[in-house]
Order: sequence, then C-alpha cells, then structure tokens
Amino acid sequence: MSDQQPVIKCDSVYKIFGKNAEKMLQNANGKVVAEEFQKAGCVVGVNNASFEVNKGEMLVVMGLSGSGKSTLLRCISRLTDATAGNIYIEGEDLTSMSDKELIELRRNKMGMVFQSFALLPHKTVLENIAFPLQVKGNSTKDSMQRAKDMVDLVGLTGRENYFPRQLSGGQQQRVGIARSLAVEPDIWFLDEPFSALDPLIRKEMQDEFLRLQGVLNKTILFVTHDFDEALRLADRIAIMKDGIIEQLDTPANIVLNPATEYVRKFTEDVPREKVLKIKSVMEPVGDETDFSDLRVSEDAIIETVAEAVLADPKSVPVLNANDDIVGVVHSSKVIHVLFGENSTLESNA
Amino acid sequence: MNFINYLSERPKLTQLGIVLIVFFILMSMTGLYHDLIVERHLFAKSVVKGDIQSSVGFAESMSMILNWQLPPQLVRIPELTFYHPVINTSATYVLIALLVTAGLLYKSFAESVNKSQWLRVNWFQIISKGFVGIIVGLLLIPTLYNWFFGEVTRSTFWEIPFMLQDFSQYLIFEFWLTPVYDPEIEDYEDYGRVRLFTRAIGVTLLFLINLVRELLIGGFETVVSLANVFSDQSGWDWLNENKDKWYSSVPAIPWTVLTAGAFILGYKLQGVGLSILAGFSCIYLAVFGQWEPAMQTLSFVLVAAPVSVLFGVIWGVLAYKSRTVERVITPLLLVAQTFPHFAYLVPIIVFFGIGDHAGAVATIIFATPPMIRLTLLGLKRVSPEVLDAGRMSGCHNYQLMFKVLIPTARRDILIGVNQVIMQCLAMAVIASFIGAMGLGFNLLLALNQLRVGQAIELGVCIVLIAVVLDKLSLAWANKQTDYFADLSFVERNKTALLFVAVFFAALLFAWFGNWVFADTAKGINYFYLIPHNKGITTEPFWQAGVDYMVSNWRADIKIFNKWLLVEVLMPMKASYLAMPAIATFVLTMGVGYIIGGIRSAIVVGSFMLFIALTPWWERALITMYMLTFAVIVSVFIGTIVGAICVQNKRATKFILLVCDTFQTFPSFIYLIPVIMLFGVTDTSVLIAVIVYAVIPPTRYTVEGLRNVPESLLEAGDMSGATKLQRMVKIEFPLAFPHIMLGVNQCVVFALFMVIIGAFIGTEDLGQEIMQQLFSGGNIGSGLMLGLCVAFIGLAVDHLIQTWATKRRKLLGID
Repeated sequence: MSDQQPVIKCDSVYKIFGKNAEKMLQNANGKVVAEEFQKAGCVVGVNNASFEVNKGEMLVVMGLSGSGKSTLLRCISRLTDATAGNIYIEGEDLTSMSDKELIELRRNKMGMVFQSFALLPHKTVLENIAFPLQVKGNSTKDSMQRAKDMVDLVGLTGRENYFPRQLSGGQQQRVGIARSLAVEPDIWFLDEPFSALDPLIRKEMQDEFLRLQGVLNKTILFVTHDFDEALRLADRIAIMKDGIIEQLDTPANIVLNPATEYVRKFTEDVPREKVLKIKSVMEPVGDETDFSDLRVSEDAIIETVAEAVLADPKSVPVLNANDDIVGVVHSSKVIHVLFGENSTLESNA
Repeated sequence: MNFINYLSERPKLTQLGIVLIVFFILMSMTGLYHDLIVERHLFAKSVVKGDIQSSVGFAESMSMILNWQLPPQLVRIPELTFYHPVINTSATYVLIALLVTAGLLYKSFAESVNKSQWLRVNWFQIISKGFVGIIVGLLLIPTLYNWFFGEVTRSTFWEIPFMLQDFSQYLIFEFWLTPVYDPEIEDYEDYGRVRLFTRAIGVTLLFLINLVRELLIGGFETVVSLANVFSDQSGWDWLNENKDKWYSSVPAIPWTVLTAGAFILGYKLQGVGLSILAGFSCIYLAVFGQWEPAMQTLSFVLVAAPVSVLFGVIWGVLAYKSRTVERVITPLLLVAQTFPHFAYLVPIIVFFGIGDHAGAVATIIFATPPMIRLTLLGLKRVSPEVLDAGRMSGCHNYQLMFKVLIPTARRDILIGVNQVIMQCLAMAVIASFIGAMGLGFNLLLALNQLRVGQAIELGVCIVLIAVVLDKLSLAWANKQTDYFADLSFVERNKTALLFVAVFFAALLFAWFGNWVFADTAKGINYFYLIPHNKGITTEPFWQAGVDYMVSNWRADIKIFNKWLLVEVLMPMKASYLAMPAIATFVLTMGVGYIIGGIRSAIVVGSFMLFIALTPWWERALITMYMLTFAVIVSVFIGTIVGAICVQNKRATKFILLVCDTFQTFPSFIYLIPVIMLFGVTDTSVLIAVIVYAVIPPTRYTVEGLRNVPESLLEAGDMSGATKLQRMVKIEFPLAFPHIMLGVNQCVVFALFMVIIGAFIGTEDLGQEIMQQLFSGGNIGSGLMLGLCVAFIGLAVDHLIQTWATKRRKLLGID
C-alpha cells in the first residue's frame, strides 16, 4: 500500500466563486468561513478538501444539492480550476498542467459520466461512443470497432444506429457510460449518473454499474446525493456539507461512528443490516470449540446471512478471503444489530 | 366611491387613464395651428413663408399654454441648430458630462479590489459611455435647448444626412489614394483604396455568380474573366479572336440533366418524397419557360446564401466567444431586423455600383443578421454538461467548437440556414432594383405591366426554389452514415454512378433533340434549353379571373373603397397628423412607463425623439397611421382565424401550410390584384399589407393555443366550463403572451409591406426612401430614413417584448 502512490490526491483544495476570490482566500489564511465570504459576494464551493483515492478504489462523494460535491469533482477533472490547493493525478500536479497535457490526460486516463447524460444529439449511439476515440485521432474503423465492443458491454446491442432522443433515460445513460469507458480510462468520474432515472431503473443501473466495476476495476470518483446509493456502491464515502468534507470513511464506520451531528442525521434511518458486514460484528475466536457447521465470509452483508446465522444456535465461524477462520459471530449479536441498540439509545448513552 | 376603489386596485388602469386624458387635452390644444398641421408640410411652408414662427421664447410659450394653446415648438419640432448661446450651453454640458463621467470612473477605480485588472475589465464601458456622452452632448442637448427656449434655425440632426453623404464621398474619392494604371487613357490615375476594395469584392462575387450561372445556362463571361487574367489582352478582345473555338464559351448543362440530377440528389439525401419534389420543381421551371431566369436567380442564391451562412456562423461564434463582440453586435442585429430593405440599397449603389454583385452584397447584408442571431442563440442553448462532456473527451478548442458545440446547436443553426435561403429569395425581387438578373427582375416587369398570371407563375418559381433548397440543405445536414454496412465499391457509389449514367443518357437525349425539333420553325431544342417565355403558360386563365373580378365586382368595390377612404382612412390619417408632437410623446412614453417602468419610457422616448428630430416627422406619422390600421385589422383577422382553425387538427395543418406559402411568396405579387381592384389609393396599400401581415398573428395564435397544457384544459372541463368559457378563461389568457409575439411579428411584417407600398404611391417614409433610391441617392438620407422606420419597429418591439416577458414570468411559462 505504502509504496503505491494514490491515483488521486487532493491537498487542501479550495474553490471559491466570485470576483475577488483569490485575494480573499489569501487574506483568510486558510480559514474560510462561508458566511464572511458570502457577505463579500463570494460563494464557497469547496472548502479545504484533502483526501486520497487509491487504485481500484471507489470513493463516493455524498452531499445534498449545493454542498459542493459536483464542484469538487469538476475541480479534480479540471473542468473548473481550483482557487487554491493542489491536485495530483498519479503523482502529477493537475493544477499546473498546460492545456496540451490536460487534453492528453483526458484523452487517455479520464472518463466521465454526466447527470443529464450529455450525449451529442446529432450522433448515433455508436458515433457518440466512438467520439472520444475519434477526437483522439484514431481511425474510423478502429473507433467503430471499439465502440461496438462497448455497446455490447453495456448491453445495447442492436441499438447502435439509434439517436439519443430515441432511447429511454436508462439506455441513454448506458451510452454515456460506454462513451466514458471507450478510451479505457484509469480514472472514472461519475457525476450523479443515476439521479435523473426512475427508482426501478436506478436500481437496475446500480447493479449494472457494480457488475462493470467488478469486471473493469477502475479508480472511481462517484458523486451522488442519495445516501442509500452511496452505501450500496462505495468503498469509502465522503460526506460533504457547505463545501467541507464532514467525514470520509468506510460505509460501516460512517454508520457506526458518525463524526458529526450532520452525518448522524443521515445515518439515523439507515437499516444497519443492509450496510454492515459480518466483519464489523464478529468477535475474536475465544476458547469455544463448539462451532456450527455453517461458515460465513467476513465481507458478507449482515442482511444476506442473518437468517442462517439466527437459525443456528451455535456460534458461526467467520472466514476471510483465504478461508482462514478470523472470528465468530453469535446470533445474539446479530439480533442486537437487527433490533436492539438503535441510534436513539446510543445517543442517550 | 366604488369607482375610486375600483381604480385604486388597478394602478395600471389609472395610469393609462391619466395618460389618455393628458393626451386628449394636448390634442385639443393645437388651436391656431390645427388647420396647418393636418396637411402634410403646410406647417413647414408657413414657417418658411414667415406666416408663423417656428418657435417662441419661454415666457411667451407659458402665456400661450395658459391660453389653452400649445406653442409652435411643441406642435411640430422646429428646425434648429446650435448657434451662439447654444454652443456655450453645449460646451458647458460636455464639460460637465466629462467631469461627471471622470468622477464616476475614478470612483469605480478606487473601489475596485483588483486595480491592475480594472482597465481590462471596464474598457468597453469607458469607451461606450464616453461615446454616448459626447453624442448626446453635441447633438441632442443643443437641439433640446432650442426646442424649449426658442432660439432659431436648423437642427444638427438635419445636417447628419449631408455629413454622412460627404463622409462617404470622401471615403470613396479622397481617402487613402493610390495610383492605378488605366489602360484606356494610358496613364496612372488616383483611386481611393476603399473603392478598389469594394470593387474587388464586387468583381469576385460577380465572377462566382457568372461561373455558376454559365454552368447552368451557358455563356462566355467566365471565359472573358479568365482571359483577362491569363492573357495579356483584354478579355473581350481575346474572345473576339477565338470566337469559333470550342473553349470560347461555357456550354449550358441541359435542363434534362439537371432535372435528373435533382431527382437523384433528392433521393440520395432523403428519399422518394424529396426526390419527387426536387425533380418536379425543375420540370415546372423548364416547362413554364422560366428556366433561364430561374437559373439566374439560383446562381445568385447559390453564391449569396453560403456566404451569408458562413459570415453568420463566424460572427455568431465570435459573439459567443467574446462578450465584447456580443455587446457590439446585439444592437446592430436589432436594428437590422426592422431596417427596411430599400434603405440598404442606397449605400450599396454608392459603394458597389449596379449589377448582380450589388444585388448579392445587398442580399448578404440582409440575410446575415438572422444567421448570426440564431447561431448565437443555438450556441448559448447548448447544455453546459454537453460542453463538459466534450472537454472530458479530450477535445481541444477547435474540436470543441466544430464537433461538439456547432453540431449540438444544429437545430437553431439550421433554422438560420432556412432563414437565409428565404431571405435570399425574398431579396431576389428587391435586388433586381439594383440590377440583379433573374426571376425578380421579370417579376418586376410583369408587375409594371400588371400581368397577374405571369407574376403568379414567377412567384411560384421563387417559392419552389426556396422550398427545394431549404429541404435539400436540411436533408444534407441530417444525413446518416452506416459504418458497418460492408459494401462493394459499386454499392457505395451507386447514386454517383447512376448520376453519371443519367448525365450521359440525358446528354444524348438532348442531342437527339436536335433532330426531333429540327423541323419546328424556330429551331428550339426543347430537350436542351427551353428559352424564356417559350414554355406553356397559365396566364390567360389568371387574366380571365382578374378580368372577371374587375368587370363584375368593380362597382361594389368602388362603393366600399369610397366609404373606407372617406369615412375611415382619411379621418384617421388627419387625426394622426393633427397630433402635436408633445402629445405623441406623452402617449408613447406613457404607455412605455405603464408597461416597463421608467426604463421603457426612456427607450421608447429616445426612438421617437430621433424620428422627431429628423425632417421626416410627418411622413413617419403617416407610416404610423398605416401601420396602426393594418396591424389592428391583421391581428383581428389573424387571431379569429387562428382560434377557429385550432379547433380542428386538419384545419390547423392546413392553415399553417397556407401561412408558410404566403410567407415565401414574393410580397410584391399581392400588389397587382389590389391595384387593379382598388386603384392607386391607400386602400390598395393597406390591403396588400394586411394580406401579408395577417400571417404571423394567425400562426402565433394557432401555436399559442395549441401549446396550452392539456392538464389545464382538462381542469377546465372538470370545473364544468363550457367550450366558450374554456376558450375565454383558460386558453386565451395562457396563450396571450405568445399571441403578442405574433402581434410583434405582425408589426415587423406590416412595416416591411408599408414601405414596399410606396410602389403604389403613398406619402410616407417609404416614398422618401424610394425617392432617394431612384434619384441616385444621398447615403445619409437613406440611412436616416431607414433608421426612422427601424426605430418605429423597435419601439413597438421593445414594448411588446417587455410586456410578454413580464407576463410569461407571471404565468410561469417559459
């Protein structure tokens, strides 16, 4: 882990909109109070964001509208320039890149999916997907072949020659996804990709997305305002409010140990069994030897194994990825998670 | 008490009431001058003769007003200029204005945080404000001063036409001279570079037009032009020497070949429908003997339209990229929208002379503004996410503009192309005034000879060319490629091969024509080229129709005409002319204030002031009278017809088709039948205007009513509204803002036709423009007159747009 450098690294990134933003930021000495800036006619988009994303990791940035999550994403893709701070993509300083270098970077390493799909209305599905390749200067034949593969990957086979307006929202977003993946990017940005879709389609697309990520294993920055979606997809979640990252942690930790009152409000109604993994409720193996025959994986979500564990009177051993026993889980503990010790009790204590 | 409550709840109504009361009070105060002002120019003549004073001093004015009599300068704005006290006043004013401006600028500078960037951010403001300050200071204030305090003589405004004229003469003949060798006098002569430049443009355009034209109908001008360049003789001498050679002229492509080509092109671009439309249009042109003029017009359009589109896109892109360009270009576009076509022609004659190239220049100048506007609009409407998607795909700026932005804005840009083509063909007639050949020229001839049938046939030709070009360009832009169809060479190029085959077949066919038609007396090969007016014609039919109408309806029409003139039009005109200038201002600015607050009042007031300060106030009043009458009648007819047609789907479709056709039809044609029926009177002009101006209110009413949300209609039905109630209480109020935009367009259309009405004989601004055009032209007068017309349009436009925007915001529709 340590010898591997992070794919995305943000170092106290600020984005402030307004006329004299830079100057005010210098005067503020790194302590940005949103209200003060607002009085001066500036809007704080991102306020001192620092984090790293490692290779193959999916970081979900969650926040309500106006929390600066999209702005942060746009800074990292440099669609807008950050007012201050440094952003490193695989060790290279993004903020100091020339336009030419930036274009090279985007052509080869970055892909982005947009909330309202942002497909080119005059191009067919195939042409849309091939667009980044053609911009890059690939030959028409190669681009189209590659685009065809992408069409198959996202399951739109047979609709290559449709125009975006002839497709449903879900299908359009599949095209958007295929386009962003056409250049085989290492880094994948998704800006509320499923927010414009109906709930059922959204669920379907999330599944599809997880399937794709399972195959492709990209480094992902995913922006959403939907906490459930964040929990479902994320390796780690960053919760933003007013431009500040309130907490950045794994879903389990966010649910179990919310750092601030704001985060707690989000986690309150979250059904824990759907979020927590066995790992977070297992106990170390004690003197006990009388194990159940059942085995569960430490990465299993509690909900999926709860019934089996509850049906078993004995303790159930927990296995890690290498099939070694790393702990046990008792049905009492599972009941505790499922029904007892709800957040109100916790907060009273 | 009730009445007062009612009014206090409706402040706008009260304001309108006050404005109207003041207006009528002022109207009644003309007293001494009343008989002088109802006849155009009588007032001015009396002033010249010395019978009355053009303005009186302040004290006297006051006493006159107290005696219920407006002082003369408030009745008609006198000719004034800045003399003694006024020069002092204006100098002081300019000084004060400069001091105030400098103070404001310093304040802005002192308050700005980023001082080094200040000049870069604000330079445009500095220059524009300074400019406006000086203009207002030098021209307006002295004149106004004189107006109120009664010093004598001429208005600086009245000098502007001559100043512009002198300036243009200077530009052409004296500015930046260079010696040019003239072979005829065998010596060097001084030429202005400006003239050389405009001449170069003219020659280039002419060459292009001739090249296209001669490919279509044959000729030798192209050969002459080339010979001029490539041989050391003059082109015509070279031609005379090589008369018998095969390369001495460009042979025409037989019309059969072109028609076959049209069929194939239509099929290739879209399919059978377009193929039939394009092909049969060509056959129509040929069979009716209009092939030659049609191809002349086509060659002209094929050069002017692409140039206009190119300019339009370039300026649209520049305006999109740069705020400054946009700011400079927007007011120009607004003026161009309502600037009468004829007014363009005067400066074009001066700078470019007469001929096809001048017509092309006029067309380009006229057709480019809508293209710019629509390009800019389209680019602005591209969603920011699409822009981001382009950038994230790694586009550099060029790719972003040409592969993402422009194609995404394609819808609006294509509407622009459509507009350009329509404008080009609308200009076909007008351009023939300054020497453009083709259908327009023939139409003008037919018009002068009152040959309805021929004019209609020519009109149909123009409409067909417009429609076919429009559809072809649209289909071309929408064409799709199939990347995976694994085709052989023959299959991929089958249309091209087919065309080559048809080309030779038709050539052979045309060649056989030499034998087929060898016996006919005139020796015309009908398969090769049907000469002008040698085709079939429907003229006798139309002529019989008109003759029937004239002989049978004339008497009734005469009675109606007389009644209309005596009872409606004459009194209306008289009352417009009887308006004291101050009353007109109270009315227009008052309405402006009610609609858009103080800002609108000032905007409308400035437009009116400009017109009032020129020598053509009375003519403008007559234009306004015709405009008002035509617009009221058109809107009345248009909304009713629209509202009736929208009840039925088929009727809706039909009426929209009629609107489209009428709009493309050269508006001049409407003049012929009305002249024959109504003679040379205002009635004729007004009827022609109404026929043309009724289109937009009809169309917008249909669209507005159709776009009322279905749910609201259902809500109305469920509340138990009858059909009529639903119409009055739901549909019309919601569609009203849209209908008002139709009224706005109606004003623009009517203004256009009122000016063209000068052909029949009016005494308004149009007549003055026409005179400038035919008398060789004073550039200044032409432009000033054009601006007067444009400002009438813009004043109305401003009021309606402001109102509609406010109203739509209120209703929450966008």
